[in-house]
Amino acid sequence: MSKRAAPEVNAGSMADIAFLLLIFFLVTTTIEVDSGLNRKLPPIEETEPPIIKQKNIFTVLLNGNDQLLVEDEIMEVKDLREAAIAFLDNGGDGSCDYCKGKKDPESSDNPAKAIISLKNERETSYKQYIAVQNELVAAYNVLRNKRAEALYGKTFTEMEANANDVNWPGNKERLKDQIEKIKLDYPQKLSEVQ
Amino acid sequence: MSKFKKKKEGGIPAVNTAALPDIVFMLLFFFMVATVMRQNTLKIENNLPFADQVEKLDKKDLVMYIYAGKPSENYKQYGTQARIQLNDDFANVSDIASFIAAERASKREELVPFLTTALKVDGETNMGIVGDIKQELRKVNALKINYTTKKGSVINQ
Repeated sequence: MSKRAAPEVNAGSMADIAFLLLIFFLVTTTIEVDSGLNRKLPPIEETEPPIIKQKNIFTVLLNGNDQLLVEDEIMEVKDLREAAIAFLDNGGDGSCDYCKGKKDPESSDNPAKAIISLKNERETSYKQYIAVQNELVAAYNVLRNKRAEALYGKTFTEMEANANDVNWPGNKERLKDQIEKIKLDYPQKLSEVQ
Repeated sequence: MSKFKKKKEGGIPAVNTAALPDIVFMLLFFFMVATVMRQNTLKIENNLPFADQVEKLDKKDLVMYIYAGKPSENYKQYGTQARIQLNDDFANVSDIASFIAAERASKREELVPFLTTALKVDGETNMGIVGDIKQELRKVNALKINYTTKKGSVINQ
């Protein structure tokens, strides 16, 4: 008898098996959210807080009905960013030569002294609280971006992205120093009242 | 005359589907690679709020997750008030300290200072419970936190 060729394996149902697996992975896949607002909580301290001049404090109150009271005036969330920038960048005592604010003696002395105080009530919704936090962080980011642009020709966000990028070719040490410098110029002083 | 005569039939020949498994396999591999298995089964509603000044959490193994929100449809017997969820079950505020301690014990000692607590809180939750969580975290000195949010505008949500 002559040599017979081995019969071909029927692969018609391979597609079915692959589909089965595909559907399983389709259903189980969840795209996990892994980004958010980083914050640092204050440690519990026994010491008395230092006395701060009233004009250096920017009070933000958020009540149980999600209404916003900024420096004793009712405000919408969309206007908060501008107000915070104006307060932080004021430079009232003239010691801050990079501030572009109005130099109003009734507002904050310089960005290093300016403190934003955020108070919320138990009934405040988390959504609104995050919106306010986001706007305040945005105010700091806008100022830092401007400062970085003036000093190094890059935005602060870019610099931080570069610092975290392993493939970035530049000098990391110098970049980190530059980032530190900008953080010192506009320190994030956001306190939360309990 | 042959016995078996092929019937000559006109009409359209069948479409060749031999490449179908290849396409399906391609999709399959994509989803296999992209899949992250859920760590916890959520028993609460977890519709995160939006923010646009977000930073990425890069070291995933150094993150502790605390969830909070209303009990979801299947767990209605636990009421409609927002609850905290740690790991796979509902918890009280007082359980957070032991949860943090357990998480810290499971990590290498030199990595403990880099641990971040991610708060995954439903947008409709009241701040009261979040304040309690934060106070509890301050007590155990877990000060690095991250409010996990979706990326988007805060104004018109």
